[in-house]
Amino acid sequence: MAEKKATRQAYGEYLVKLGEKNPNLVVLDADLSGATKTNIFKKAHPERHFNVGIAEANLMGMAAGLATAGKVPFASTFAIFGAGRAYEIIRNSICYPKLNVKIALTHAGISVGEDGGSHQSVEDIALMRVLPNMTVLSPADAIETEKMLEAAMTIEGPVYIRLGRSDVPVLFDESYHFELGKASMMKSGSDVTIIATGLMVVLAMEAADQLKEEGISAQVINMGSIKPIDVDAIKQAALTTGAIVTAEEHSIIGGLGGAVAEVLGDEAPVPLERVGVKDLFGQSGKVAPLMEKYGLTSNDIVAAAKKVVSRK
Amino acid sequence: MAFLEETVRGIRKDIVKMIGKASSGHPGGSLSSAEILTLLYFEQMNVDENNPQKEDRDRFVLSKGHAAPVLYATLAAKGFFPNAELENLRQLGSILQGHPDMNKVPGVDMSTGSLGQGISVAAGMALAGKMDNKSHKIYALLGDGELQEGLVWEAAMAASHYQLNNLIAFVDNNNLQIDGAICEVMSPFPIDAKFEAFGWNVITVEDGHSFDELRTAVEAAKKSEDKPTVIICKTVKGKCVSFMENNAGWHGKGPNAEEVKQALAELEA
Repeated sequence: MAEKKATRQAYGEYLVKLGEKNPNLVVLDADLSGATKTNIFKKAHPERHFNVGIAEANLMGMAAGLATAGKVPFASTFAIFGAGRAYEIIRNSICYPKLNVKIALTHAGISVGEDGGSHQSVEDIALMRVLPNMTVLSPADAIETEKMLEAAMTIEGPVYIRLGRSDVPVLFDESYHFELGKASMMKSGSDVTIIATGLMVVLAMEAADQLKEEGISAQVINMGSIKPIDVDAIKQAALTTGAIVTAEEHSIIGGLGGAVAEVLGDEAPVPLERVGVKDLFGQSGKVAPLMEKYGLTSNDIVAAAKKVVSRK
Repeated sequence: MAFLEETVRGIRKDIVKMIGKASSGHPGGSLSSAEILTLLYFEQMNVDENNPQKEDRDRFVLSKGHAAPVLYATLAAKGFFPNAELENLRQLGSILQGHPDMNKVPGVDMSTGSLGQGISVAAGMALAGKMDNKSHKIYALLGDGELQEGLVWEAAMAASHYQLNNLIAFVDNNNLQIDGAICEVMSPFPIDAKFEAFGWNVITVEDGHSFDELRTAVEAAKKSEDKPTVIICKTVKGKCVSFMENNAGWHGKGPNAEEVKQALAELEA
């Protein structure tokens, strides 16, 4: 069994290192520093950690103000409150003036588990992706989280990093190279391409193994950079395999599936099946049965792959 | 003193002219806050029109961003950009957007327009100043109707919590908002007691059009030791244009040619 770590944990730990290298890095939290793991940063650099209390709108506004003064603020809370409640502050005070604020939101998707539908954000990719000037990153594991944090520091402008609560297997090693706007090929294949993001990447790998046993050769692409998206990789996948499945722990509307559908429509129309949350709210439960209930398992990806191949 | 009076008269004329030319904009709340901006930019603030991004300058955030015309007229009068630019207010391709854009207009420290956000951003600027032990001040201007936004109070709480005594906010208390009198739409009163309860240093200026009263208030605010300061300025919406004064109808409407003429005649008098 591979090592497991939640992307939020990797975020909190790596922030400490980033903070050592970048004296202008500051971290803002809204009473969830234990859950977002920014309390790890707080311990190391208390003078650069600010709690704004339970006030997500002000979290984003103050982050914008700090950015105007040359600070590099990381604003963290749960995805639903950051991308949802504070949406318009992110739009008008961060993206519109293109301020250098990094928005790292945890507890994205239904893998939040027991807290239920009010706390499970399945809309955040859609909300953040539509904003001009915004970069949207969705790491698949702890290593990719670290690489994306490094990449975020090289961008002079707003970045959204989507992080999860649950432990996920570590897929990459230190040699992994993340490039903004570039997908990473996880497995090559010829019959169908599975484009996945976040914790669905590992499930896509498992699905490809199952498909292989059934005689279907599936290629797996990790789309960590959701905006900018890797148009060439999607186009190439459509041309070489002729069928696409997307897999994400997010609504099938407006997220990775939506983004891939846009590219296919523009560049290379081929059959597409979207594995994701089907225009529903989540609910309380343990993570594994929730993922099953909402159609987010490797079996669901296998079924989608078979269906899309039959549509070729 | 005569200099400030002359300057604010010119700013008012420019406000009327540019909104008239654009046939759109917000004259009422621009005219009511003209003395506040004039005092700040022509006397109190350390800014350099030849170096708008100067590192340790004082900052100004127009939290009531719809009063963009008063900010544009003031910045033009100060020399941040040519006065002729004011003719392009709200035109396609203009640097002078309907609400201020920091990436387009020299001298604008923050893009604003969505109410409640500017004061939150100003608190972030003030926090950055504190972190770096800077002595510059962060000024913000809020509308009285704007106080209905919940974010104002989130920011107010944080500003006192972090003892941001380098933050000085003005409330342009002209008593009117788009839909009518603030006390009828949704009363923000008592404004002073609210800010006091949030831990702010509160100063009330009975005549928000008096440079002397405003100056006394700002100088007291600068001495605040551990609290942010709010200066509540009692003002007249549409000040100095008789038919606009105390009339909510002039919140967000451009005067026609005849009305511009009359307004300018009154301002010349």
